Formats: sequence, C-alpha cells, structure tokens
Amino acid sequence: MANKVIYAVYEDPELLKDGARKLVSHGVKVKDTWSPFPIHGIDPIIGVKRTRLAIAAFMFGITGTCLALLGIWYMNIFDWPMNIGGKPSQAMYKNLPAFIPVTFEFTVLCAAHGMSITYLIRNKTLPGMPARNPDPRSTDDKFIIEVRTADNHGHSAEAITSLLRETPVFEINERQY
Amino acid sequence: MHSEAAIREPLILGHKTYHDITQDIVGPIENKAPRGWYVLITIAALIALYGVGCIFWLLSKGIGVWGLNKTVDWAWDITNFVWWVGIGHAGTLISAVLLLFRQKWRMAVNRSAEAMTIFAVIMAAMFPLLHMGRLWLGYWVFPLPNQFGSLWVNFNSPLLWDVFAISTYFSVSLVFWYIGLIPDFATIRDKVTKPGMKKVYGILSFGWSGNAKAWTRFEEVSLVLAGVATPLVFSVHSVVSFDFATSVIPGWHTTIFPPYFVSGAVFSGFAMVQTLLLVMRKVMHLENYITVKHVEYMNIVIIVTGSIVGVAYITELFISWYSGVEYESYAFINRATGPYWWSYWAMMTCNVVSPQVFWFRNLRRNLAFTFFMSIIVNIGMWFERFVIIVTSLHRDYLPSSWNMFHPTWADAGLFLGTIGIFFTLYLLFARYFPVLALNEVKSILKVSGESYKKEAAKHHHH
Repeated sequence: MANKVIYAVYEDPELLKDGARKLVSHGVKVKDTWSPFPIHGIDPIIGVKRTRLAIAAFMFGITGTCLALLGIWYMNIFDWPMNIGGKPSQAMYKNLPAFIPVTFEFTVLCAAHGMSITYLIRNKTLPGMPARNPDPRSTDDKFIIEVRTADNHGHSAEAITSLLRETPVFEINERQY
Repeated sequence: MHSEAAIREPLILGHKTYHDITQDIVGPIENKAPRGWYVLITIAALIALYGVGCIFWLLSKGIGVWGLNKTVDWAWDITNFVWWVGIGHAGTLISAVLLLFRQKWRMAVNRSAEAMTIFAVIMAAMFPLLHMGRLWLGYWVFPLPNQFGSLWVNFNSPLLWDVFAISTYFSVSLVFWYIGLIPDFATIRDKVTKPGMKKVYGILSFGWSGNAKAWTRFEEVSLVLAGVATPLVFSVHSVVSFDFATSVIPGWHTTIFPPYFVSGAVFSGFAMVQTLLLVMRKVMHLENYITVKHVEYMNIVIIVTGSIVGVAYITELFISWYSGVEYESYAFINRATGPYWWSYWAMMTCNVVSPQVFWFRNLRRNLAFTFFMSIIVNIGMWFERFVIIVTSLHRDYLPSSWNMFHPTWADAGLFLGTIGIFFTLYLLFARYFPVLALNEVKSILKVSGESYKKEAAKHHHH
C-alpha cells in the first residue's frame, strides 16, 4: 500500500486544537500543523519541543561581550595607548567605565544578529528557498493538520479520516507521496 | 481561549474574518495604486532629487557651503541628525517595549512605525557622514588601523559610541522588522495571481511555510529580539545625548541629558507616527484597523513623554541657577532672552504647553486636531535641538568670538531633501509592503474584534 498524507483543514485555531487532541488521544501521530499565525498551545499537544534559540542568543551575546572587551583592550590599552587631554589610557580597569557603551552595543549586535541568522537557517527560510506549505490557503485563513500513514502503522488512512470527520473539520484532502 | 474584558474598546472594528484581513491589506498591493499616491510620490521624489543635488553640491564644494562659522561650528546638520534619530525611536519602542508589556494595540501600528524608524535612521546617519566633508573616508569611524598603520579609534569618545549605537540600532531594527515581514510576504506570495509578483514575493518571503515549529521559533525570536532591543532603544538616544553632555560647553554639560533626550525622542517619534498613520489610514482605508482608540493611545504616550520633557526643561533651568556656575546660568538666561529667544519660546510652546490639551478626551480622539498637533510637536522638537546646539555655541567664552548662525540655501535644501527622501521611501513601503502585521492582527481578531467581543458579551449575559 502506498503511503498517504492526510491534510485536515480547519477554519479556526481552537477547532484545529480540538482535532489534534482527538487524534493524539487515539494514538495517531500528528506530523505537523500549518497556520497563518501561531496557534498557542499546539506544541505540547503534537509534541513539538521548546526551541533553544534563546540559549543560542545568550551564547552569541556573551561572545560579543568578550570580543568587544578583548578588542578594545588590544586597540586602546595594549597596542596604542592614547594620551588625550592629559588622560592617558594606561590600564583596562581605569578606563573600563568609558568602554561600557561600546561593549553593550556590541553584545546586543552579536546576540541579535547571531540569533536571527540561526533562526533563518533552522527554519530553512533563506532567500530563494521554496515554500513547503501544502495549501496556499494556510497563509491566509486556513489551519491545517498533517498526518502521514507512514508514521501511523496501527491506523489505516480510512480510520484516521473517519476520526477526523468526528471533529469540526472544514475539509479533508488526501495525497499519495 | 484567552478572553478580554468587555469594557475594553475593540481594536478591530466591524465584522471581519481572517480572509477579510488578508484581502484588506493585500488587495491594495495587487491592484493599481490610487491617483493620490502618484501625486504624493511625485512631489516627494522631486524634493528628494533636490536634496540629492544639494548633497552633490556639498560634496563637490565642501562644508563651507553651510552657514557654519568658527564659533557656531555645529548647527543644522547636527540638529537634523538628532531630530531624525529621535523620530526613529518610536518604531522600535512600539514593537519592542510594547511587546514586552503585551499591549495589543501595537499590532496595528508596529509595522509602519518600524518602517518609519528605519527610514528616519538612514536620514539621520547621513548628517554625520556629510559633516565629515569627505564622505568617501567615512569608514574611518570604524575600528580599523588608521590607513592601516597602527593608530586606532578612541573608545573613550562618545562620538565613537554613537557610531556603534546607531549602526547597532539600525541593523537590529532592520532585522527585527524583516523577521516580522517574512510570514506576511508569504501571505502575499500565496494570494497574488500575477506570476511576476508571485516570484518577487516568493523571494522576499524566504520560503516561509508556517509550520508549528517555525511559529514557535518565530515567537521566541520576537520575544528575545524585543528583550535586547528595549535597552537598545534607551541606549541610543542616551549615547546621542552624551555627545553633548560629556563636553564642557555651558548648556550641554548636564547629567539630565540622557533621560531627557530619550523621552524627547519618544515624544517626537510618536508625533511622526501620528502624522504618517493619520494620512495612511484614510488613503488606504484602514479605519477599521487603526481606530480612534489607537490614535488616543498614542496621544496618551505623547502627553506623558511631553510632560517629562517639560519637567526636564524646567529642572535644567532651575539647576543652572542652583549650581551657582555663572557660565551655566548665563547660557540659560541667554536662551530665553538672548537673540535666539524666539526659538526657545517656540520650543516651550510646541513641546510643553500645547501637548497639555490632550488631557481633554475629545481632543485626544479628534483626528484632525491630532494631525495638527503632531506637526506642532515635530516643529517643536526640531527647535529643541536647535536651541540646545546653536544657543549654547553662539556665545563663546570670549565675547570677541560671539557670533550668530545664518543658514544658507544648502542648509535648508539638505534638510528639505531628507524629508523628501524619507517620504519617498515611506510611500514605496506603503505601496508594496504589507502595512499591517497580518499575522499579529489575525491572532487578536477573535479576542479584540468588535463583532466577536459583542458575541462573547451576549453569551456572558445568558
């Protein structure tokens, strides 16, 4: 039997969540959902893990802090200490207060851009990437559950479809792949 | 589902469905632009071209074409710089600070306010670069060995802090804005039928698909970017104020500058948002999304920040006397009564006195009056910077150096030109970009939409 993918289309995020809960309670694994805006509370239902992007942002930020302090120390203290208005740059700890603004800005710069680049790569959203949503209406007003028979050997496509029919579904589409 | 108190005014008027929201925003992009748009962009582009001409004139002749002299060696250029940076504060404040405070009304205005921020910061950044006189050496501000010898930039200098603050603020705002735009570009891509448009918006949308994990990441990245952008907003204008505060010029050497500049920036930024949005909501028929309540909320921000600015002006005046420093006292007496008295009183009237009328609810909710006030505040905030810069400089320590500043046509042309460039960019944005954050507005539809709220209230009573 060929593998099938079933798309259950809903008109509201709350209805989609009801549908997903029903499938999961019957032991059906939901592959993914597609929606025009975030569906709050769907992640625990279909088993999407929390993203670690915030940790990545912290790492990028702390890297920025270290790079900024190291760079400023090298340029203004070690390599070429300047004597401006009789206030020489002699020691890092004496000059540190004046170095805080740039250190702060560079921390934010690295955290924000590092996180954004990681986000784009992890989401596979980069210039020229193809769209992967199964239905163009999913960026407009439809909320779609994707179920694959390959993930659900205990359930036939018909059984999944009839389960979905019991939920307030708008339409159900099946595709071979 | 999260629900909202019935007493709160709805943020989306009438009965809308998710599809209606898409249609209302994407429709104008697909269809031909109204005639008014062509008229406006022609005027803006002509002014912009004149500005570009002035820039070339300046670059070929040097900054001698400005009215600067030995005493007043900073004038309109830096005034314009600070004015534009200030205007550029509202966008990120709306999208970052109001996101952290979970203010839902931000969703209808954040997209265009952020666009305004980005364009305003571009205009601002032009002035210090042009002030260098030799634009092609502008990269010297970055920490490169001087002509690749062994001198470095001076990290003790607020002017260098400014380089880092402005470039970080600009690039982070741009990225924050674009990350929010990606899902909306995908909506346009999936909606339009013309193949050329489909291709362009397909590229702009980076292949966004909107699956569950992508949205989780989207919300996380928005929250963390808001978290890092919030201190950034406050730092940028603080650093701009350090350019003055760390000097020894009477009238500049004051510790009140950072908070005073930041609130002034928010004040002027919101005024510019009002100027732009009041026109846009009318021309693009967005009255159901940018409601009178939204305008009122922004007017409340204007009166709060305007009052902070007023308190700062008066505190500054008091401290100049209380400090017992003669030079400081003189600087302030001279501001109010010297040859530039008219600019001081223009500033006081526009920034301190006139926003107080917003204590009246009717005036806060009057659109024509709000538009008029937004222009007044913009003028007042330009004068604030002019007062701080020129009146402090024109009386030097040596009376023999005392001088006045007379702007030339190149000063005026450059300022006017940036306004032209700014409006050209904004009009292009309004024509081709989704002017509302579609994905955010849709997410509050069933909580804050008028018809849904009425429905919920009915169920509540029975």
